Amino acid sequence: MVAVTETLQTINQLAGTGYKFGFETDIEMDVAPKGLNEKIIRLISEKKREPDWLLEWRLKSYRAWLSMEEPAWARIVHPKIEYQELHYYAAPKGPAPKSLADVDPELLNMYDKLGIPLNERAALAGVAIDAVFDSVSVATTFRESLAKVGVIFCSMSEAVREHPELVRKFLGSVVPAGDNYYAALNSAVFSDGSFVFVPRGVRCPMELSTYFRINARNTGQFERTLIIAEEGASVSYLEGCTAPMRDENQLHAAVVELVALDEASIKYSTVQNWYPGDAQGNGGIYNFVTKRGACRGRKSKISWTQVETGSAITWKYPSCILQGEGAVGEFYSVAVTNHFQQADTGTKMIHLAPNTTSTILSKGISAGRSSNTYRGLVRVMPRAANARNFTQCDSLLIGNHCGAHTVPYIESRNQSSKVEHEATTSKISDDQLFYCRSRGLSEEDSVGLIVNGFCRDVLKELPMEFAVEAQKLLAVSLEGSVG
Amino acid sequence: MSGTAYATKFLDRIDVASLPGDQEARQSALAAFFSTGWPDRKHEAWHYTDLNARMRGFADEALATRMLRPELPSVDIPRLVFVNGVLDKTLSSDALNFLQTRGIPEQKTSSLPIVALNAAITLGGADLKVSAGQNAGTILLVSVGSGDGLAIAPRHRITLEKGSNLTVIEVIRGAGRYLHVPVTEINVGDGGTLRHFRLQEESRDSVHVATVLATIAESATYETFTLGVGASLARSEFHVTLGGGGADVQLNAAQLLTGTQHGDVTTIVAHEAPGCTSRQTVKSVIDGSARGVFQGRIEVARIAQKTDGYQMNQALLLSDSAEIDSKPELEIFADDVKCSHGATIGALDPEQIFYLRSRGVSEKDARAILIRAFLHEALEPITDYVARPIFEAAIQSWRWGASG
Repeated sequence: MVAVTETLQTINQLAGTGYKFGFETDIEMDVAPKGLNEKIIRLISEKKREPDWLLEWRLKSYRAWLSMEEPAWARIVHPKIEYQELHYYAAPKGPAPKSLADVDPELLNMYDKLGIPLNERAALAGVAIDAVFDSVSVATTFRESLAKVGVIFCSMSEAVREHPELVRKFLGSVVPAGDNYYAALNSAVFSDGSFVFVPRGVRCPMELSTYFRINARNTGQFERTLIIAEEGASVSYLEGCTAPMRDENQLHAAVVELVALDEASIKYSTVQNWYPGDAQGNGGIYNFVTKRGACRGRKSKISWTQVETGSAITWKYPSCILQGEGAVGEFYSVAVTNHFQQADTGTKMIHLAPNTTSTILSKGISAGRSSNTYRGLVRVMPRAANARNFTQCDSLLIGNHCGAHTVPYIESRNQSSKVEHEATTSKISDDQLFYCRSRGLSEEDSVGLIVNGFCRDVLKELPMEFAVEAQKLLAVSLEGSVG
Repeated sequence: MSGTAYATKFLDRIDVASLPGDQEARQSALAAFFSTGWPDRKHEAWHYTDLNARMRGFADEALATRMLRPELPSVDIPRLVFVNGVLDKTLSSDALNFLQTRGIPEQKTSSLPIVALNAAITLGGADLKVSAGQNAGTILLVSVGSGDGLAIAPRHRITLEKGSNLTVIEVIRGAGRYLHVPVTEINVGDGGTLRHFRLQEESRDSVHVATVLATIAESATYETFTLGVGASLARSEFHVTLGGGGADVQLNAAQLLTGTQHGDVTTIVAHEAPGCTSRQTVKSVIDGSARGVFQGRIEVARIAQKTDGYQMNQALLLSDSAEIDSKPELEIFADDVKCSHGATIGALDPEQIFYLRSRGVSEKDARAILIRAFLHEALEPITDYVARPIFEAAIQSWRWGASG
């Protein structure tokens, strides 16, 4: 009898999808009625006690969104999203927390489970975190020590109240309200997100971090992040995401805007681990995200690093607009798809000014019945003399029911510029597997090792804490893809 | 104006109802064409080539024929000469057992608008059929366009039976403002080898949109090279399917563009059987305010394990207002494959020019030498002793970089 129970337990464990973060947290929620209309937008704006100009901006975005069509060019398939069946606002009930002590202990427990060093452990990790739970920013750690050096790190709602002039100046300046379908939707209903301002000449003393989590059922999450680095400033920002396991699909449509002035540098790292759906392709997050950075100043630099292992669908193209002379754009990406996941992701590098350089390094891994597409644009405009781009896209296929696609667009209108592009597709070779197996590694461990090697050039760009997490995630995501 | 408005205006002058052959098929092809009209940037397959905009100037063009005495390459090999899409018997060789002109082809509807247009208005073309095991040598296929406001739509067919060989050298030239939309259907049987060389030197006022639809069977080889120097807008579109195990395709092209020319090379190489190889090298040299386009896609079906696909696309920009747009795609559904592509864009290297100048070579010659060297990789595989000099001569006579 004992043996049977044990066997059952083991089977249950093995049959699990391997998604560790699929728990639900039972917290009293303040949820707006389903559907999207001007009334809901007014409600969101009111809940957040926003100034009139912001409400106007939301309404303008909403009207723009109404006139737009869902883009159909990406290599993704999904049932029609019923935008009127979603809740556009969900927040833990009760007054907004004033300090960590006011935060619902359930919530703190949840972040504990996720392994986020929200409390004192944060000091050890040296990471300041802004945690976004469904629609509302829950807690921001280390605010005071950051404030001492003049760095503003707070939730977007707070920034709107306390630094309206900054928000008004930069919000929508990189991703305009009507930029694309999902960005317009976000601009209309965005609920919260992080705001970072690093003043002139300041090197942000610690890594800043946001943790996003979707908890409530039938909600869309629409966070908005804005990071500004003034002349000579530098900042590194990390972002992580999880969601509970659910049968239905959930929508996540975020917008991230980065602005780098003269000689400023912003490093933005993401580990995206939204619930990918189960092995049969049910449920999971639809991740439609617009991320864009403007290198406005001379010699400014924006670097995107992303590890994408989650989401049922990923639609995401972190971009750099290289406006300042000598500006630098970088994109390092690992995208893993397994089971029925679909990823259509890549970057855009728009060279507008002379001597601008960009580097794109993309590693795609497809397994199961998934589809993984790199889609990128490199555009060199006539003024961008001596611009330089190097792109490398490598794909790895595991099993022959998945697809790996590469769709780069390369446009050059300046003869002194140099653009190079390389792409390869291959599989894990039998020799590599045999080598690992003959040294006693299991097949899964061998694949994990080889995949980590394949992604090494990108993973080494991640900040240390994230790199460790990312390596584990890669192994977890590929569970069940071999043998 | 939408793609159909200009197309309606242009095609009004062609009385499709009076053309010979299967009327019903012509009308359904015409309807298929009009479902898009002239393609523009809204069609992903035409992302960088707005045919509709170029055809606007043609909408009101008065019909006129010009007298043109086509100057033919001075090589003494069997030839077929088509003037405005119709075989000119006086200029062509007679009686070759495998050559015949083609009547009105049996119609197949196509999702490609320009192929549908061709099907609606074609008057036939060359029909080359080589029987099993035969080595048919080299033949010259000349197409001449002559006149204004014409739509010329030859439909050629090249069929190689099991184990046969053929080399076709196509030379396309003309005078006037006409539209030329040739379609070539190719079938290479098991173990056959087709070498297909194309020199496109259309009139600088013309619009040239050529489509090659090729299916390559087991262990067969298709080797093709296209050099494009003419036309105001030129597009060479290849759809090559490797349908039998061990098939091999070498698809090379080069385009030399200047003034306000627009040149587009589009390739879709579909691996649909295991163990096939494909090699593509496409080179663009772009001067003046010309615009070069390359779109290349390698498709690997689930069944096509052990595919080896390679594609290289390089562009040389010679002036400040030249533009290149490149979209090399990989679409892969099989895991045990080796596929790669590369693309580079750049200018002539000033150090290399300096090296030649310091050895007494004039600036103009130095640039010419370097451009010729740049094109070498695409020309190198042409070992055919008749074809090679034709291409060399066309490159020699190209107007070297005005900005030099």
